[in-house]
Amino acid sequence: MTTILASLQAVQAEHGYVPDDAIARVAEACNASRADVYGVLTFYRDLRTTPPPAVTVRVCQGEACQAVGARALMRQASDLSSDHVAIDHVYCLGNCALGPACEVNGRLLGRATGASIAEAIQEARP
Amino acid sequence: MTTIYVPRDSAAQSVGADAVAAHLAELLPSARIVRTGSRGMLWREPLVEVDSPRGRVGFGPVTVDAVPSLAQAIADDLTHPLGIGLVEEDPWLAEQTRWTFARVGVDDPLDPDAFEAAGGLQGLRAALGQSPDEVVAAVTESGLRGRGGAGFPAGIKWQTVAATPADQRYVCVNADEGDSGTYADRILLEGDPLTLLEGMAIAGHATGATVGIVYVRSEYPAAIATLDAAIRIARDRGWLGPDILGTGTTFDVSVVVGAGSYVCGEETAMLESIEGHRGQVRAKPPLPAVEGLYGRPTVINNVLTIAAVPGIVARGPAEYAALGTGRSRGTQAFQLAGNVARGGLVEVPFGMTLRELVEGYGAGTRSGRPVGAVQVGGPLGSYLRPDELDVPTDYEEMAAIGAMLGHGGIVVFDDAVDMAEQARFAMEFCAEESCGKCTPCRIGSVRGVEVIDRIRLGEAVEEQVAVLTDLCEVMRDGSLCAMGGLTPQPVLSALRGWPAHFGRQPQEVDG
Ligand SMILES: Cc1cc2nc3c(=O)[nH]c(=O)nc-3n(C[C@H](O)[C@H](O)[C@H](O)COP(=O)(O)O)c2cc1C
Ligand code: SF4
Ligand code: FES
Repeated sequence: MTTILASLQAVQAEHGYVPDDAIARVAEACNASRADVYGVLTFYRDLRTTPPPAVTVRVCQGEACQAVGARALMRQASDLSSDHVAIDHVYCLGNCALGPACEVNGRLLGRATGASIAEAIQEARP
Repeated sequence: MTTIYVPRDSAAQSVGADAVAAHLAELLPSARIVRTGSRGMLWREPLVEVDSPRGRVGFGPVTVDAVPSLAQAIADDLTHPLGIGLVEEDPWLAEQTRWTFARVGVDDPLDPDAFEAAGGLQGLRAALGQSPDEVVAAVTESGLRGRGGAGFPAGIKWQTVAATPADQRYVCVNADEGDSGTYADRILLEGDPLTLLEGMAIAGHATGATVGIVYVRSEYPAAIATLDAAIRIARDRGWLGPDILGTGTTFDVSVVVGAGSYVCGEETAMLESIEGHRGQVRAKPPLPAVEGLYGRPTVINNVLTIAAVPGIVARGPAEYAALGTGRSRGTQAFQLAGNVARGGLVEVPFGMTLRELVEGYGAGTRSGRPVGAVQVGGPLGSYLRPDELDVPTDYEEMAAIGAMLGHGGIVVFDDAVDMAEQARFAMEFCAEESCGKCTPCRIGSVRGVEVIDRIRLGEAVEEQVAVLTDLCEVMRDGSLCAMGGLTPQPVLSALRGWPAHFGRQPQEVDG
């Protein structure tokens, strides 16, 4: 038996996001109301309703990374945003001894700098 | 043939371990390269180890540029500027008590034969030869308390689950590890997942549960992949499944992945999330041990709680209980994080002072400036001043000074930290992560950010401080769970400990 959250995660794994028309399908498959599905969709930060950009950068803003310059790194990273590159924040990537940490399309960077993020974006671009 | 060990732990990968391993393989084609978990000496990652007649010799941190000279040293006599000597004799590691993390970093975490050769399965074998009651009694006698934050005795929880009549019981492992500054669950999941599965199977036998679930945060893709692979291996070997080790005992494990929500680490929100709903906190009672997942009795324990169990059953509860201090028995995996020179995982018996951890193991700040503040126990934990670090790491001693151990994260800041900014962040984090069920948490945190903003602008500071203090009291007393209830801890500890950062004179400070 699949749950609403697992179904939405599966849709997103396939399409990169959860398109509008998936809501009714998930509701039916899970024997839930569309409102229930919508409620789950809006609760979780990972789930998105629009197609993702080519590259997503998530700069950790957790306390351990704040202690080693995460706020300044976020400002530097913001300059790298473009139509194809989204800069977002995340709270903790589990790399708190090697901060500031950052993730570029799922690839984890330790002791990240503006330059290492820029390089990782280049490598991630299709 | 030389054997070379290179971690494939994601922290090691984040600083280039994969490139180092690839380049070593290229330059030393006849060497056997084993990808391991991390020893936890994270400031030395990528830490390369090489087998020698004397033992494993370590080198780190190894950059790709250093690989050619290292390859030469491996071919010669193992002398290299990055050498740290015999890894197992390195004082940073040798003086720890690796109970739960004994196997992490030593071998390929997905090699079941290496796991068994290093003592894996001894706990499960011993447990299956005992009655469920005997296993629960051993866990109780060991003094093991929950490592997720609250420190509740594990044996008592198991006892409740076992004693509650039900058609189905569950074991849910909390691997949400949302606290910033913590990564021990991740290192274990990536470095020795079979131990977690062994502990879960023991919990299943002890409580009569046949279904296990590990709830892992989505921010840990490598941990999820390793755990999935470990589950397949364990099923293949008959360590999980319908007939565990030929005893007729049934227990299987599946993984549920989170979706980016801190509050889903709260146990009842986690249950909601596993059931596929919004991660809203449930009112207690009923306790999850009585009515948990799908209304059935459910063991909910942190990764580290469960991973300590195989050792306890194999070696006997007395050996575990002999470690530690007061009512905090056994070892705690401390995680040194933030602005710390030697960040990493330190598993030692409870009782070591924070100062020994921060200044001894951690060797002070990475920036070289004086320590300015230390936050212990995650985003809901208090900030401690440098003169408050002589407190022993013990649940009760920490509580006595208004602090908590939480999941063992120790985040170090240097003296450039702005504590008013940190207090503001605590409120901001609460506003962003609140599940929204109760007003003090949902609205109070938003108000808290506004009030701190005014204080930081120097507007009627004393009046705003009074408002903030009242607000914290309302949040503490009126919140359903510790998200809203403990957010005042970092805020008020910052306010009390660093009055000047809020534009106040020390004498104006009360309490
Ligand atoms: C907001 C919040 C977040 C929590 N996050 C976690 C977490 O990430 N991991 C965890 O094990 N426990 C977390 N807890 C504690 C759990 O509610 C629960 O006490 C724990 O999983 C029980 O296991 P233990 O007894 O083995 O510690 C959190 C609690 C709160 C209030
Ligand atoms: S305190 Fe906050 S997170 Fe906890 S139940 Fe209330 S609203 Fe939800
Ligand atoms: S706080 Fe940034 S990785 Fe943990």
